[in-house]
Amino acid sequence: MYKILLKQDLVPGIHLFKVAAPAVAKKAQPGQFVVVRIDEKGERIPLTIADWDREGGSVTIVFMEVGTTTARLALLEAGGAIADFVGPLGLPTHIEKFGTVVCVAGGFAVATIMPIARAMRQKGNKVISILGARSQDLLFWEDKLRSLSDQLIVTTDDGSYGRKGVVTGPLKELLESGEKVDRVIAIGPSIMMKFCSLTTEPFGIKTIVSLNPIMVDGTGMCGCCRVSVGGETKFACVDGPDFDGHQVDWDLLFARQRIYLDEEKRSFEQWQRSVHR
Amino acid sequence: MAKPKLNLNRVPMPRQDPKKRGKNFNEVALGYSLEQAKEEASRCIQCKKRGCVAGCPVEIDIPGFIKAIGDGDMPEAVRILKSKNALPGICGRVCPQETQCEATCSLAKKGAPIAIGRLERFVADWERANMGAATSIDPPKPAGKRVAVVGSGPAGLTAAADLAKLGHSVTIFEALHVAGGVLMYGIPEFRLPKEIVQAEVDYVASLGVKLELDAVVGKLATVDELLNSDYHAVFLGTGAGAPMFMNIPGENLNGIYSANEFLTRVNLMKAYRFPEYDTPVKVGRRVVVIGGGNVAMDSARCALRLGADKVYIIYRRSEVEMPARREEVENAMEEGIEFRLLTNPKQMLGDEQNWVVGIECYEMELGEPDDSGRRRPIVKEGSEFTIDVDMVVEALGTRPNPLVASTTEGLETTRWGTLVADEETGKTVKDKVWAGGDIVTGAATVISAMGAGKHAAADIDAYLRG
Ligand SMILES: Cc1cc2nc3c(=O)[nH]c(=O)nc-3n(C[C@H](O)[C@H](O)[C@H](O)COP(=O)(O)OP(=O)(O)OC[C@H]3O[C@@H](n4cnc5c(N)ncnc54)[C@H](O)[C@@H]3O)c2cc1C
Ligand SMILES: Cc1cc2nc3c(=O)[nH]c(=O)nc-3n(C[C@H](O)[C@H](O)[C@H](O)COP(=O)(O)OP(=O)(O)OC[C@H]3O[C@@H](n4cnc5c(N)ncnc54)[C@H](O)[C@@H]3O)c2cc1C
Ligand code: SF4
Ligand code: SF4
Ligand code: FES
Repeated sequence: MYKILLKQDLVPGIHLFKVAAPAVAKKAQPGQFVVVRIDEKGERIPLTIADWDREGGSVTIVFMEVGTTTARLALLEAGGAIADFVGPLGLPTHIEKFGTVVCVAGGFAVATIMPIARAMRQKGNKVISILGARSQDLLFWEDKLRSLSDQLIVTTDDGSYGRKGVVTGPLKELLESGEKVDRVIAIGPSIMMKFCSLTTEPFGIKTIVSLNPIMVDGTGMCGCCRVSVGGETKFACVDGPDFDGHQVDWDLLFARQRIYLDEEKRSFEQWQRSVHR
Repeated sequence: MAKPKLNLNRVPMPRQDPKKRGKNFNEVALGYSLEQAKEEASRCIQCKKRGCVAGCPVEIDIPGFIKAIGDGDMPEAVRILKSKNALPGICGRVCPQETQCEATCSLAKKGAPIAIGRLERFVADWERANMGAATSIDPPKPAGKRVAVVGSGPAGLTAAADLAKLGHSVTIFEALHVAGGVLMYGIPEFRLPKEIVQAEVDYVASLGVKLELDAVVGKLATVDELLNSDYHAVFLGTGAGAPMFMNIPGENLNGIYSANEFLTRVNLMKAYRFPEYDTPVKVGRRVVVIGGGNVAMDSARCALRLGADKVYIIYRRSEVEMPARREEVENAMEEGIEFRLLTNPKQMLGDEQNWVVGIECYEMELGEPDDSGRRRPIVKEGSEFTIDVDMVVEALGTRPNPLVASTTEGLETTRWGTLVADEETGKTVKDKVWAGGDIVTGAATVISAMGAGKHAAADIDAYLRG
């Protein structure tokens, strides 16, 4: 069992856990993920490593409630425990001195982009961050990301804070402004990563996205997570999750994420009934 | 003295009715009763030249344990079995006995070898029912050395058990959340109940072996880090768990599974009990399974049990070339699975939602024998036809996961990704590292993996004491 040392409710529906997992903490690197299973009957789900404390032996995850597992996780409190916490999985994000790196984060992904922005900064890159949320009340860690960035732009879909609109607006302006951008990292909902990739493509700027197909083992054993990149089939859990956004077959990713829509709904309804009984 | 007359009537294995069993995940073969076991045991003529033993990769004293059954001395039968085989309940069920111990039994020539596997299973089941899960042995004298075993399939479990019995302190590192390897995630409940695998894993643990689950070696510690920190030797039993695909058009459509994914969802994650267990699996109505091995049979029979109306197995050669155990092919046929032999997929067809709706196939014919000695299948041009499906499972074989090899300095791999290791001892070219099982041979059998684990354990012991 892996103990939850700390829980923070960041904004409605998005929570942070600090989990005791010394061996994982020792090895974690930016861009890697863990596979979590709550208990014997639970599903295995992937969650990005948002931070780690090698001395303290803990790993931080930030997750959004979207279905049964994440909703059940949200009910756990500090002092509780998770049955399985496997990692660090996937290849680390490629970090080097590129020059200027733009980090674009959508929604809860502000947490997952944080270690990447930090590592890019430490390598001596100029880091420009763009942070997008649906509205002000879903925005968190603006200050943290600002402290890791040379420049930070915030957008909200409804204009309740920062610039009104989505992240691709300022991204496009930045590229048009003549700022010499050497690399873009875009992490967030798949649709947002797709549109960031489409935005940077005409400018020929390499854009790395972190793909989130459905996974089971996370170690290359099942092929559930297969994605098509540059016309080749890849297993996102071992060949990624980072890929060149300009090469990704996005429609395939979207389609494969919908495989279990009916079952996910059934599972969620049955769980809600069991809670309310 | 006249020779006693040979009894050539093998006692048949009671099995669940095919109509019923196609709808449940309960074990198909029900096991012998004590009377049946004794009757079968009485057929053994206790040969001097023990052909049967020569056919068993772990060299069980087969006549010995059979005699004990005949004498009604079950604890003795248990003792004899367990002294060579830590996992008899598993081997008795899934060993391809017909090509091993039973093939070399003296009575095989007469077409009625002793049903050694069934008797072995009987003894293991008797032990679980009557002696509690684990029979403890006297603790060995500690040898003061520590060995890391990577992977908890049959190779790793066997190596760990033997090393522990020799007094070494052993830790198994397993990537998944349960131990057992393919026995847990691959072979279905109706052929090998998970409770039995768990009991045999518990037995290995009772010998003092430590189990570190959720531990992906190469991602957590690497092999070199294990050797540089706590361990004097490492055994790699990581299996051949990475699925292969055909690389034909349409393969990433929704509804197309690798057998590994399908079986993992069903067996390891218990998707057949969804939503009580939260991992879903698609229940196809018309399912095609591609392949001719045990894995294909298991996938087809799982799909049937989940509720498919129609399940086909597509295989590109003919029935005689099928690598699956005969018994499993017959079970599958009895349950109503339809075999489309000499058939090979050309492409998968999908709808606008990216769901698979059909599989276009070629008819095949057999040409000259190839490297494997089997006749090579050749496409009949212009023979394309389509089968309507809503689910496909590809059981085309697996290869080793490159994770350990790619994170370890100084291991040698073949072009199939398997590790190079001495056939007798399992020693790799890297200092202090041994390997065995599917990681060395490519996908093979439970018992050959166990044999490899056993030989490596002996060699590791010799090295540690050397
Ligand atoms: C490498 C990787 C890293 C991830 N990191 C994070 C993270 O840091 N924080 C976080 O909140 N989520 C993350 N996700 C997504 C997370 O795994 C899913 O939200 C989770 O599996 C949903 O499980 P559930 O049982 O709660 O919902 P389900 O009932 O399984 O699904 C509910 C909804 O979520 C969608 N969904 C299901 N699985 C995924 C998936 N793998 N990715 C995206 N959407 C999915 C479904 O289509 C459905 O609409 C990551 C996914 C991957 C592959
Ligand atoms: C569906 C199916 C049916 C079969 N039916 C039969 C049958 O009827 N009879 C028969 O004899 N054989 C059968 N086989 C073959 C048999 O199961 C295998 O040959 C045998 O399990 C190989 O044992 P192993 O110990 O080498 O590897 P595995 O059983 O594959 O175990 C390897 C273990 O190592 C773990 N691992 C891998 N990488 C790492 C890592 N980096 N760190 C930590 N752990 C790791 C894996 O998670 C796994 O648990 C079947 C196989 C399948 C898939
Ligand atoms: S372990 Fe396998 S080969 Fe050996 S006696 Fe038992 S069934 Fe036969
Ligand atoms: S070869 Fe067959 S008959 Fe002879 S001892 Fe072995 S099991 Fe018995
Ligand atoms: S999740 Fe199974 S191979 Fe990637």
